[in-house]
Amino acid sequence: MSWLIDPFADFAFMQRALLGCLAIALGATPVGVFLLLRRMSLTGDAMAHAILPGAAVGYLVAGLNLGAMTIGGVAAGLVVAVLTGAVARFTSLREDASLAAFYLISLALGVLLVSLKGSNVDLMHVLFGTVLALDDAALTLLCAITTVTLVSLALVYRPLVLECADPRFLRSVSRWSGPVHFLFLGLVVLNLVAGFQALGTLMAVGIMILPAAAARFWATSIGGMLAVAATVAAVSSVAGLLASYHAGLPSGPAIILSAGTFYLLSLVFGPSGSLAARFWPRAHLET
Amino acid sequence: MALRVRDLTLGYDRHPAVHHLDLDLANGSLTAIVGPNGAGKSTFLKGVMGELPPLEGRIERGAARVAYLPQLSEVDRSFPLSVQAFVAMGLWHRTGAFGGLSRADLARVGEALAAVGLTGFERRPISALSGGQVQRVMFARLLLQDADLILLDEPFTALDAKTAADLLAVVQRWHGEGRTVLAVLHDIEAVRRHFPETLLLAREKVAHGPTDTVLTAENLFRARQMSEAFDDDANVCVRPAEQPAKQGAA
Repeated sequence: MSWLIDPFADFAFMQRALLGCLAIALGATPVGVFLLLRRMSLTGDAMAHAILPGAAVGYLVAGLNLGAMTIGGVAAGLVVAVLTGAVARFTSLREDASLAAFYLISLALGVLLVSLKGSNVDLMHVLFGTVLALDDAALTLLCAITTVTLVSLALVYRPLVLECADPRFLRSVSRWSGPVHFLFLGLVVLNLVAGFQALGTLMAVGIMILPAAAARFWATSIGGMLAVAATVAAVSSVAGLLASYHAGLPSGPAIILSAGTFYLLSLVFGPSGSLAARFWPRAHLET
Repeated sequence: MALRVRDLTLGYDRHPAVHHLDLDLANGSLTAIVGPNGAGKSTFLKGVMGELPPLEGRIERGAARVAYLPQLSEVDRSFPLSVQAFVAMGLWHRTGAFGGLSRADLARVGEALAAVGLTGFERRPISALSGGQVQRVMFARLLLQDADLILLDEPFTALDAKTAADLLAVVQRWHGEGRTVLAVLHDIEAVRRHFPETLLLAREKVAHGPTDTVLTAENLFRARQMSEAFDDDANVCVRPAEQPAKQGAA
């Protein structure tokens, strides 16, 4: 058992990494579950790219500075989210096309800005994160974002579920449809920014979507999915960090690959809608 | 007056789907909207719900609370919700966005399910329901909405006779409770039997009033004749609003 516990007991940087990853796991996975249920899984990916120019501007202004890059990332993400939503609501362009247009513009801008200044090492930090070098400020930020996310989701749970399941009905009984949609996109952006501190912009989406996708094969209720997804994300974080420690692997990809393993196992063996249920069905019932 | 419509034009890309419509619906009336495909029936209901802004004219809703069953519901039936949770959404006016469901609320959900013949379906996921059962669930939710004005867009289409009869009984119960109901229907015989009032619509109002005076052979023929033409180069409509409508606006 020592290989399981010692790395975390002996090294402060591993404890910090664990805390950071668990915070992300708790905050990002419920957001991922709702992304999945709204068939917006790829929106997370697009948003992650959209954040890049903001982080790059922060980086250009202040160097590898957490605060500046966070503010820049959140600002860029929110601008893209609001523009996308506004175009989808007020023109005939659908949300997916509108988002694709804005995130591509945003991404090109980001790559341009990053390449203007900065070494490849810094760029690697932005792209792949620094989970083993989280300082106090970063940890505080991650935990704060998780808290804000969980409290917000708890507050708007009913309108959010309704906006996913029957948006037209929500519009017929209240004015929540627009606000809850934008609030949700805001949470997506916040959690991606949290994720890129630790896992990098490209990997941050993984911890959001993979556990949610795995959970779909185990649970048939939203509550069940949220619980399974958070558990998968937390266990993946521990497994990824341990693999990273013992085998000298980069930690971000190790964590996401752990989550990916859970997803593949769920895909094959999960009780609900999986390959096993499809190809080896259990005996049917009387009624 | 549950609904007052004056010189209403609704449309898409400037082409009218409902053209210069005047309509008064008395409180507690039970009205069928009848007309050929493309006559603007669904568009009119969308307009009443505020989903589509009028190109011209006004809609005044006298009813405090309006419930709406669209023809193409956007319900994501793969969404992991139980029948109970889904129907409980109809209690939004009691719970709002944040309020919890009390024991009494859950009892109300049970009663609504019983009224549409789905007792015991509470824990069933909505993904496991048949088309007819989904429509029963939609009616249970409408029941809980406790609305003064209820708009139904082809509520009985694609239902078997038993389900249609059960849900028609729910509509008649609403009528008995003094609620105003406006339903788009295609089954002329059912309209004659069960709906006291009818609006015959063919982009413009053909007739509105007691069903037997509206559904005459002549009126139905006129409704069919009204063209569904859609001319890209149509001229701008300059028809002046009818005189009574102008007085109503003054």
